[in-house]
Amino acid sequence: MSATLPITLTVNGESVSADVAPRVPLVDFLRETLGLTGTHLGCAHGVCGACTVRVDGAAVRGCLMLAVQADGATVETVEGVSDSGEIADLQDAFHRHNALQCGFCTAGMLMTAAELLDAGGPPPERAEIREHISGNYCRCTGYQSIVDAVEEVAQARAADKGGQA
Amino acid sequence: MNVTTKYDRPNSYIGSSVPRPNAARLLQGRGRYVDDKILPRMLHAAFLRSPHAHARITRIDTEAARALPGVVAVYDGAEIARHVTPWQGVLTHLAGMRSPDQPALAIDVARWQGEPVVMVVAQSRAIAEDALALIEVEYDPLPAVTDMEAALTEDAPRIHPEIDSNLCWQRDIDAGDVEAAFDDPANTVVERRFTFGRHTGVTLEPRVCIGDYDPSEDRLTMHYSGQAPHMMQSVLSRHLGVPEARVRVIAEDVGGSFGIKIHTYGDEIATMAAAKLLKRPVKFAADRLESFMTDIHARDHRVTARAAIDAEGRLQAVEIDDITGIGPYSVYPRSSGIEGNQVINLIGAPYELPAYRARLRVAFQNKVPMCQYRAVGHPIAMAVMEGIMDDLAAASGRDPVELRRINLRADDSYPSASPQGMKFADLSHQACLDKLLDMMDYERLKADQDRLRAQGVYRGIGFVNMVEVTNPSPMFYGVGGAPIAAQDGATARLDASGAVHVANSITEQGQGSESILAQITADVMGVDLADVHVTTGDTATVPYGGGTWASRGAGIGGEAMLRAATALKDQVLEVAAAILQGRPEALDIRAGNIVDRDSGQIRMGLADLGRTVYYRGNELPDGVAPELIATRHFKVSDYPFVFTNGIMASHVEVDAETGIVTLLDHWVVEDVGTILNEKLVDEQIRGGVVQGIGGALYEECVYSEDGQLQNATMADYLVPMAGEMPDIRIAHVSTPTRTSELGAKGAGEAGTAGAPGAVMNAVNDALRPLGARLSQMPMTPERVLKSLRQGG
Repeated sequence: MSATLPITLTVNGESVSADVAPRVPLVDFLRETLGLTGTHLGCAHGVCGACTVRVDGAAVRGCLMLAVQADGATVETVEGVSDSGEIADLQDAFHRHNALQCGFCTAGMLMTAAELLDAGGPPPERAEIREHISGNYCRCTGYQSIVDAVEEVAQARAADKGGQA
Repeated sequence: MNVTTKYDRPNSYIGSSVPRPNAARLLQGRGRYVDDKILPRMLHAAFLRSPHAHARITRIDTEAARALPGVVAVYDGAEIARHVTPWQGVLTHLAGMRSPDQPALAIDVARWQGEPVVMVVAQSRAIAEDALALIEVEYDPLPAVTDMEAALTEDAPRIHPEIDSNLCWQRDIDAGDVEAAFDDPANTVVERRFTFGRHTGVTLEPRVCIGDYDPSEDRLTMHYSGQAPHMMQSVLSRHLGVPEARVRVIAEDVGGSFGIKIHTYGDEIATMAAAKLLKRPVKFAADRLESFMTDIHARDHRVTARAAIDAEGRLQAVEIDDITGIGPYSVYPRSSGIEGNQVINLIGAPYELPAYRARLRVAFQNKVPMCQYRAVGHPIAMAVMEGIMDDLAAASGRDPVELRRINLRADDSYPSASPQGMKFADLSHQACLDKLLDMMDYERLKADQDRLRAQGVYRGIGFVNMVEVTNPSPMFYGVGGAPIAAQDGATARLDASGAVHVANSITEQGQGSESILAQITADVMGVDLADVHVTTGDTATVPYGGGTWASRGAGIGGEAMLRAATALKDQVLEVAAAILQGRPEALDIRAGNIVDRDSGQIRMGLADLGRTVYYRGNELPDGVAPELIATRHFKVSDYPFVFTNGIMASHVEVDAETGIVTLLDHWVVEDVGTILNEKLVDEQIRGGVVQGIGGALYEECVYSEDGQLQNATMADYLVPMAGEMPDIRIAHVSTPTRTSELGAKGAGEAGTAGAPGAVMNAVNDALRPLGARLSQMPMTPERVLKSLRQGG
């Protein structure tokens, strides 16, 4: 159990090297080793979506991936996409729509919603938004305000694109 | 809807849907949940738990675990009991209730699957779990008592040998001539048996705590994910032998609670004991399996209901028999009796009812302990009464709305009381019903329903009229001996920069508690919302008070805040008047400035005043010794509770082939009195409705006959997800409570209280042409299909 493996990965734009035990999940590595506690652990069996982070551009469950599997990968967490301003519009919409209460699901919800918003194509309908976030559990909001926020950002981004074209 | 209040003027925040100031950091991943905290030299606890629902513990061998490198300590129940006194979850005002001493960890006998048996403390959680695998415990299984009715039979095995049966508590109510109503041949009488499954809170953040003990000062700090810091302070002091004033409980961000994290859990108390024994911080974070097997469960009722109306449709009598199973112990310190007590207290509350009889029996069983969870008892009471109302409507050939309208308490009839002795004031059932029917376009829906039935599409509409217990007085817990405050305290102070700092004993779990405190303060003080800084959740710094539960934060903590801010404003104006050589009554504060009340002319900034008072006191007139800090407390008097009321309707479609219920629409009209922030109220209601829908359609803790929990993962225990939930439309009627100046009632639990009954009635409305009826929650596809087979 004490044997470790060396890994090097890029986390929020910063190169990180560490020796980690093979059994450590990525989410524990991010939270406990790197202190990136914005990503949360909700169920540890891949169902609740709280630990969703971006690995090489894809939304991934941080509890189902081992840290050693992220060797060489580019990982982005809520702290990274917050500081870069990448999802500032989405965060602002969440804030105005009160699309969070306790906030524990929020990092995962934002990463999942950002994936949908980045997918391209016409702005998603409400049903499509509901479907896309249906792997992220929120006990507080009842989801409607989250759908409202994502829908608003999708439409605003589409309008922006249309304006520039 | 725009809500106009008497507070409308510059910096008018009461009634304004401002975004929550404290949500910004949660959106950026900068929350401070307990599991985010890593303290120097911190150790981690893990628990070996009983695999049996009921078993004698015959041998515990921890030698190999102790020898594992990284393991610091191993404690069994007997060892922990040398440092922790046991507790009893009884309230003296629930007469006759009994529950034996409960130890932190099981001693000699384990009484539910999941009860902690051995605790390991190690350098990491992983090492602690490795050590658990090295512990040998031998059990001698005992007969498990799982069915609540079987538990009360004479030959049932006893869960506690020192008590003469498995009955924890029984309460009977008999008011008015029930028999005469049922015997009168002119009356229409219906009877129905309901079953409500066990479910649980599934807070996304599991229970987490850190104990941190400093022996040099005999001070214990608990970092707590929960709702009631001062209650926990008292509980820890009582059972760990640390003076109450030397126990500090800190609750920063809490990842959902809903009543789950307001109880005494043996594993958490043992964690505090370990921190004290080891003189180092110890963290315990429940994993999801532990959450399902140890977080309190909720509901679990079987109710038989009978009711009679006369020829005009007026309710004549209701009779209820409720049995509920609470696990092996009544939970400390709130007790597991309140849930059933609320059920029999609240049934029929929206209606004029002359006669009522009820029996409640609360049974011990070998399952996870059951206790208060969001909307305590309400979902059962509302679903039963509203189900019976639909049956009475059908039996008497009336539209469900018509029958309700005949019986609703009139909006001009208050104050009034129910046969159970509940006191009502300031309610608006009739206005809410009218508003709901308008919003949902009831007549059109009914026409659509008829048309679609002809095409084999089965849609149903279900209603629930409801009341909700909010803003409880000391008659809820304090009167029964529990260390639970019914009052809350608020402090407001002005700093040297002119900013306002407030502290309040209510807590925040995402409802927006801190936001409404800031809104009230900014409104009263005449300052920008950004200039109010709020502290909650720390027994070392906030005034003494109850916390956030029973929909009491806004109504009680908010009123205390209003009074403290008003007192601070008076202090500020008095100092300003002295400096400006005027009269306080001629001054006001607007937009952060002292102004002439009449002309609005700016006389000085609050920052100028702060600096003058704190830095240049020499400039103050002789005899002026300013205090720019005020504390006020508030509790509800004259009424045991401040009831709210509301009405909901659910619109569903039932697939007769698959049994799947699709939620089409959900409408709510709610009267929470003065609305402090409509957005936050609406989101409380929406979230509550969805939580109620969970219990109605999906959520159930499934047990085997021998007490094994069968679905303790989030893959097997279904919760509402975004894909299945409807949009929920909300409107308000506002009748401020007479019990406070602010006029705010509670809003946190109404959604959960009403939604299950509304959905059940809607499902049954859809099933009615097929001759089927469901009286069991959750209404799973399997149960829908079974009802169709039995009915057809």
